Amino acid sequence: MALAKRIIPCLDIKDGQTVKGTNFINLRQAGDPVELGKAYSEQGADELVYLDITASHEGRKTFTSMVQQVAAQISIPFTVGGGINELADVDRLLNAGADKISINSAALRRPELIDEIARHFGSQVCVVAIDAKQTEEGWFCYLNGGRVKTERKLLEWAREVNDRGAGEILFTSMDHDGVKTGFANEALAQLADSLSIPVIASGGAGNMEHFKDAFTLGKSDAALAASVFHFGEIKIPDLKQYLRNEGIEVRL
Amino acid sequence: MKVAIVKYNAGNICSVVNALNRVGVSPLVTDNPEELLSADKILFPGQGEAKNTMAYLKEHKLDQLIRDLKQPVLGICIGQQLMCRHSEEGDVDCLGIFDVDVLKFRPQRHEDKVPHMGWNTLKQPKDALFKGFEENEFVYFVHSFYVPVCAQTTAVTEYIQPFSASLHKDNFYATQFHPEKSGNVGERIIRNFLDL
Repeated sequence: MALAKRIIPCLDIKDGQTVKGTNFINLRQAGDPVELGKAYSEQGADELVYLDITASHEGRKTFTSMVQQVAAQISIPFTVGGGINELADVDRLLNAGADKISINSAALRRPELIDEIARHFGSQVCVVAIDAKQTEEGWFCYLNGGRVKTERKLLEWAREVNDRGAGEILFTSMDHDGVKTGFANEALAQLADSLSIPVIASGGAGNMEHFKDAFTLGKSDAALAASVFHFGEIKIPDLKQYLRNEGIEVRL
Repeated sequence: MKVAIVKYNAGNICSVVNALNRVGVSPLVTDNPEELLSADKILFPGQGEAKNTMAYLKEHKLDQLIRDLKQPVLGICIGQQLMCRHSEEGDVDCLGIFDVDVLKFRPQRHEDKVPHMGWNTLKQPKDALFKGFEENEFVYFVHSFYVPVCAQTTAVTEYIQPFSASLHKDNFYATQFHPEKSGNVGERIIRNFLDL
């Protein structure tokens, strides 16, 4: 037995409601992030990620009160991300009960934010999300939800993030995201080999084998997905049993 | 039942309050000696750094108070480590309730990432905290320092090497993992503690 590989459903939140449709039955309110999170927790999800995709100030407040509700009702760890630009945002969300926060564009714009979060709150709360795309010159990082290309190369940035004190890296391959043909295993394995912190694979899950590949070929510590879970295409208990049968350590 | 949580300079106490609320208990978070001494059960949770938290406990005279408690006490994470003799984190003498020193994880291979973070299993869980437990149930850990296996170990977890997932001596119980974040398994541990 060893540390279990983690399965992490990701919920996009707008104005306090989950955005993507869901096939969950027996939910009083499928759009309710707390109810949905609870259902995933009961199915055996190891952690949850809540991503705030609201832009407005009012939406931020709604998100914070949702975080309080999640913390009160759900007994597994959860990460929150979206719109975190400074220490005050981190403080607010951790106080609301989040276990970890995830930063992306803010870290690319001002990398010192990673050091500051690690110093004030500990590395374990600091997840740095990296969106990257492969070009002929290699993998490049993107800002603003993948809309703005930067000159940062994936591996260089990931190492810097590691050295600045992040606790984990959440890597999304923009080429694989939403296509459902599997995770970017080659890039994932490179990250795992060159970093001393855990890597969460994101983008590309279409079937159960893709998760196995992310853990074996991609050497990931955790795998994140949204739609395959939300639409019930993959059920977490089935996925975990499958992974266990394939010899991968998971929490059952 | 009166349940108190020791208030000091460690983080993440609100998740323990939430976990107690979920099992129908409203804990008092306090550093007031009278309130602590009169509680039926006391929790000593938190995330933090050993040297700073120990200095705070001393400064507020909570160190001797905790040692003298007679009711069941449950230390969690840094709480467990502070209840040991000494910690390598900041090279600091701790409360000395458990006769063992806290050490830093030293990775043996590239795959041994520190902190040890995530779900891992409990081996040979024994005593009242684990009433009704089977071998290899999963609980949630986040820590860079560990308590070696010793005479007071009540469950073992393996990461880099076997270490104490939990300890027990007299009225003092402690877990390295976070029962408040360990789903239904964690909730059973909290109920077992409240049933002591």
